[in-house]
Amino acid sequence: MKWVMLIILCVSGSAWAGEARPLTDDPAAEARLKHLAVELRCLVCQNQTLADSNAPLAEDLRREVREMIAKNMSDQEIIEFLVARYGDFVLYRPPLKATTTVLWVGPFVLMAIGATALVMTLRRRSRTVAEVSVTDEEHRRVEQLLAEGEKRS
Amino acid sequence: MNRFLLPLSIFVVVVGFLGIGLTLNPREIPSPLVGKAAPEFSQPQLYDQEKIFSSNDLKGKVWLLNFWASWCNGCKTEHPVLMDLAKSGQVTIYGMDYKDQRDEALTWLQRGGNPYSVIGVDEVGRVGINFGVYGVPETYVIDKQGVIRYKQIGPLYPDTVEKKILPLVKQLESE
Repeated sequence: MKWVMLIILCVSGSAWAGEARPLTDDPAAEARLKHLAVELRCLVCQNQTLADSNAPLAEDLRREVREMIAKNMSDQEIIEFLVARYGDFVLYRPPLKATTTVLWVGPFVLMAIGATALVMTLRRRSRTVAEVSVTDEEHRRVEQLLAEGEKRS
Repeated sequence: MNRFLLPLSIFVVVVGFLGIGLTLNPREIPSPLVGKAAPEFSQPQLYDQEKIFSSNDLKGKVWLLNFWASWCNGCKTEHPVLMDLAKSGQVTIYGMDYKDQRDEALTWLQRGGNPYSVIGVDEVGRVGINFGVYGVPETYVIDKQGVIRYKQIGPLYPDTVEKKILPLVKQLESE
């Protein structure tokens, strides 16, 4: 029985060795794949990059990208290949286009609205503060109250 | 009263946007391929592996291309709808068995029936990538010139078939 266990252990040990294989045999190609894949969105699990995702489609797309790298295609060509099939959605940095203007300009518009509102409120507040006038009667009363406070402490 | 007007109106606007957001499906990504020529393919057929199913054979026809797999859950929902559509004879449905095991695909068709005129096999998912498939089932309506005119992401429901697919097919047939 012990022998059987030992054999199982030995055999299974060799099976583990295959898991963390590099993506390609060529380190330069692997670096390019990584560099590209972090810019691309996985379509199945939408908040992951192509590099992070373990979805079967992401694996297939990495395989396609790897093959295109092997064919010496430029980054631009590879990205165009994917955009032609899946649209701008695959890009984590969407291009500036008529359909994406809200996306690009929206935050700045919101910030401008916020800044204007802030300036207007501050101005109005400073005006109301300045307008407050203290009569002599009130002034005397304040002095009196302050003096009382000093006595108590 | 005036003091609450501004926060209230901002609240209403935000709720409006969130409400619209709830009705959108983030899984439905508009395909850039609608209105463009369908990618060409030549794949072995599922039943007769010696034969080739090629997109070139379908020029001049209006046809449906349905990506499916025996492992896919949405395909189960969709299958009776496809069977009914095939029986009605209003449009020819072609199938693409996407990243599937052959024996399991055959068992699936034996159980549920075969709505497809011809089935191609896309074992590694390359035809799928060329069509921009990111989740099965997906169905494409392709016109006589071989241009994709409609893409259905996810299962077809009787409602979608009645209101979108069949009217479009009729229009394309008369073009």
